[in-house]
Amino acid sequence: MALVMEKHKMPEQDPKVRAHNFNEVALGYTEELAVAEANRCLHCKVPHCRKGCPVEVDIPEFIAKIKEKDFVGADKKIKESNSLPAICGRVCPQENQCEKYCVMGIKGEAVGIGRLERFVADYCMKNDTEVIEKTVKEDMPKVAIVGSGPAGLACAGDLAKIGYQVTIFEALHTAGGVLSYGIPEFRLPKDDVVKPEIDNLRKIGVKIEVDAVIGKLFTIDDLMQEYNFSAVFVATGAGLPHFMNIPGENFNGVYSSNEFLTRCNLMKAYRFPEYATPIKVGKVVAVVGGGNVAMDSARTALRLGAEHVYIVYRRSEAELPARREEVEHAKEEGIDFRLLNNPVEILGDENGYVTGIRCIKMKLGEPDSSGRRRPVPIEGSEFDLAVDTVVIAIGQGPNPLVQSTTPDMEVNKRGNIVADEETCKTSKEGVFAGGDIVTGAATVILAMGAGKKAAKAIDEYLKEKFSK
Amino acid sequence: MYKILKRKVLHDGILQFTLEAPFIAKKAQPGQFVVLRVNEYGERIPLTIADFNREQGTIDIIFMVIGASTTMLAKLNEGDSILDLVGPLGKKTDIRPGMGTVVCIGGGIGVAPIYPIVRGMREAGNHVIAIMGAKNKDILILKDEMEKVADEVIVTTDDGSFGIKGFVTTALQQLIDKGVDISEVVAIGPVIMMKTVADTTRPYNIKTVVSLNPIMVDGTGMCGGCRVQVGDKIKFACVDGPEFDGHLVDFTNLMERQRMYRPQEAVEKDHICRLEKQVEAMEEK
Ligand SMILES: Cc1cc2nc3c(=O)[nH]c(=O)nc-3n(C[C@H](O)[C@H](O)[C@H](O)COP(=O)(O)OP(=O)(O)OC[C@H]3O[C@@H](n4cnc5c(N)ncnc54)[C@H](O)[C@@H]3O)c2cc1C
Ligand SMILES: Cc1cc2nc3c(=O)[nH]c(=O)nc-3n(C[C@H](O)[C@H](O)[C@H](O)COP(=O)(O)OP(=O)(O)OC[C@H]3O[C@@H](n4cnc5c(N)ncnc54)[C@H](O)[C@@H]3O)c2cc1C
Ligand code: SF4
Ligand code: SF4
Ligand code: FES
Ligand SMILES: [Mg+2]
Repeated sequence: MALVMEKHKMPEQDPKVRAHNFNEVALGYTEELAVAEANRCLHCKVPHCRKGCPVEVDIPEFIAKIKEKDFVGADKKIKESNSLPAICGRVCPQENQCEKYCVMGIKGEAVGIGRLERFVADYCMKNDTEVIEKTVKEDMPKVAIVGSGPAGLACAGDLAKIGYQVTIFEALHTAGGVLSYGIPEFRLPKDDVVKPEIDNLRKIGVKIEVDAVIGKLFTIDDLMQEYNFSAVFVATGAGLPHFMNIPGENFNGVYSSNEFLTRCNLMKAYRFPEYATPIKVGKVVAVVGGGNVAMDSARTALRLGAEHVYIVYRRSEAELPARREEVEHAKEEGIDFRLLNNPVEILGDENGYVTGIRCIKMKLGEPDSSGRRRPVPIEGSEFDLAVDTVVIAIGQGPNPLVQSTTPDMEVNKRGNIVADEETCKTSKEGVFAGGDIVTGAATVILAMGAGKKAAKAIDEYLKEKFSK
Repeated sequence: MYKILKRKVLHDGILQFTLEAPFIAKKAQPGQFVVLRVNEYGERIPLTIADFNREQGTIDIIFMVIGASTTMLAKLNEGDSILDLVGPLGKKTDIRPGMGTVVCIGGGIGVAPIYPIVRGMREAGNHVIAIMGAKNKDILILKDEMEKVADEVIVTTDDGSFGIKGFVTTALQQLIDKGVDISEVVAIGPVIMMKTVADTTRPYNIKTVVSLNPIMVDGTGMCGGCRVQVGDKIKFACVDGPEFDGHLVDFTNLMERQRMYRPQEAVEKDHICRLEKQVEAMEEK
């Protein structure tokens, strides 16, 4: 059989249609497409793809099962190492992870590992093939997990499978972290994908306490001393929005991406007034930044009814940190990229509402410490864009609530928790940390990788502790 | 789910709920608030913890019915439950022994959040003068309760139907003019009231703490929607506050930001009204 050098395309909603609805953009493989794509895999003896996966999914094995149309078997294989495959299959930056190392990518396109993973997980979810049994045991030690994002969920899953009594404490009213409040519905459906994968954890016995802000309701010390948790995993993410510190940022209509996306995703403001949370989207929106978060904000604004949406980014196209696929999707939908522009001021009217954004043109200078060419302003090149909403998506830092109430846990200059890369151990006995709270804003799969490492280290720590 | 153990109507449109929330009650301190969500469709709204009882494991909220969410909340009865309740949030009031004479000012619904502060200040051994302001005597709340916990209570009404005729600042200015040695003023109420209190004390350099109520979502420092301008800094009221130095706050910006969703709030009220009419029509049939 001749090798097919190109990845099978995944059907998508037409850009003109999807720009006005919140339904998922990518529709997923059919059975035929999945089998055809699986047949591209060479089942390498030394599968390089695996070294690109932080949770070590057994890629050739699960793809082999798809070839045999044993989708349930494929799902089982994946779940041995990844409890959230429907999520990862959608949002992993596969081009930098597993698919980057696939040998098929040398002469043609890598095997669509993510797409296959998604297919298998969706298939099994839809056909309800899984029988999930409770694994948590009443006589096992208690472990507390702070934060229900991918790091916390991955850690909880692995510990519960060993039998530990795991409780996740989540500040918001819904579990999932960025998966629930940040990544939009049209990329990651909440009721059909995120919720069922989290419910699977509940079925094996993981307890999830929402509305519980650690540092306020309980401190880490309370959990360990008063409520008998033998170990704690802190996975509170990168939830503190950065602003630009330019004049005019307090005008009405200026949002952080966190607020904009939270109102829309978590609070379902796109269904206002059926859902009570309001959101203001004017006719013309400027989103500042060039990462995934900026793309998500821009595309959300479009779907909320904005007539024109700009991305304002201070470097050039080549430096856009967002996934290529997301940039392409945004362009297809009509997002207007204003590259090499940097906002210097936000303009407003006498009632305090945004009327525009003043930018300065930039050019690329010498490479900076990140290796990217440093943008430098072109003097006297200021100009105004008339907009009525501005979304600032220039990054997030660590929320200090837990750190400030846990004085004996070491924190670095930027406020991130200091933890060992392999074991996730912090300077405080029995406390582990991982995911964005340690690394700064990264990816779902890296956070899950950290959660799994922590689970392993916590298991070893508790075995040692209770053998004495 | 958080059960409503007691529901009391203080006045038309002002209600007090006692909620079962043992863990929050255990940690609550004067000055802190909760964020709640009535039901699955609800928005997250912040309300001050107006009272707490650690033994009984309860907290009280006192709220004014002004829009969609407070209307939905007011519809609940004793025995019903609120879907989500998060807290205690925000920093506690700075209460220390040996502060001397403290003037605590509550205007309108602001009397509710000032009440636990008055009690805390007094328990710490300070001399507390409470000034309570209302439009008229009919909508004055918590007067008896306040008299039990403050050393002195002064009431002002806009129309003179009770106490001093005028605003809370009228009474405050009188205290200053009498030469009362005020070490600190804490004021909670409508933004315009807090602004005039800060303007009153500024020439005398009397430390003035105000509790800010910008629009919030999460209440944990995650969204930045609650940002307020304090001096040359932007602060997040939910985690850095809600109390700030009244002499540094940009009240004009706060008032503008509170008006952000006025058009949407009008739509929402209309929506609620229509729903109510539909329900009534169905019940009649
Ligand atoms: C809009 C957006 C789009 C993204 N798109 C992608 C993508 O396509 N692909 C990808 O790989 N990555 C993406 N990312 C990044 C990715 O989502 C994060 O790296 C990942 O979610 C980090 O996981 P985490 O578990 O460390 O933290 P989070 O997902 O941030 O979860 C932390 C959780 O902890 C809770 N918490 C915080 N403080 C407390 C406390 N004191 N007490 C209790 N709970 C607390 C928070 O409420 C939150 O639920 C995106 C991020 C954003 C914001
Ligand atoms: C820290 C804090 C403590 C508060 N304590 C009390 C209290 O003890 N008793 C009380 O009656 N009120 C209190 N408030 C105000 C209360 O949150 C609002 O009255 C309520 O959210 C209005 O909701 P609504 O849907 O009924 O009205 P809407 O019609 O939606 O809004 C009416 C007005 O309330 C304000 N508001 C609306 N949504 C919010 C929100 N999410 N967060 C804050 N303000 C909002 C806006 O200024 C708006 O114009 C407090 C606010 C804050 C920030
Ligand atoms: S989890 Fe992510 S990185 Fe790992 S195989 Fe699946 S798509 Fe690739
Ligand atoms: S490297 Fe590519 S072709 Fe080889 S096993 Fe992995 S996915 Fe299949
Ligand atoms: S309410 Fe979101 S940061 Fe304060
Ligand atoms: Mg409202």
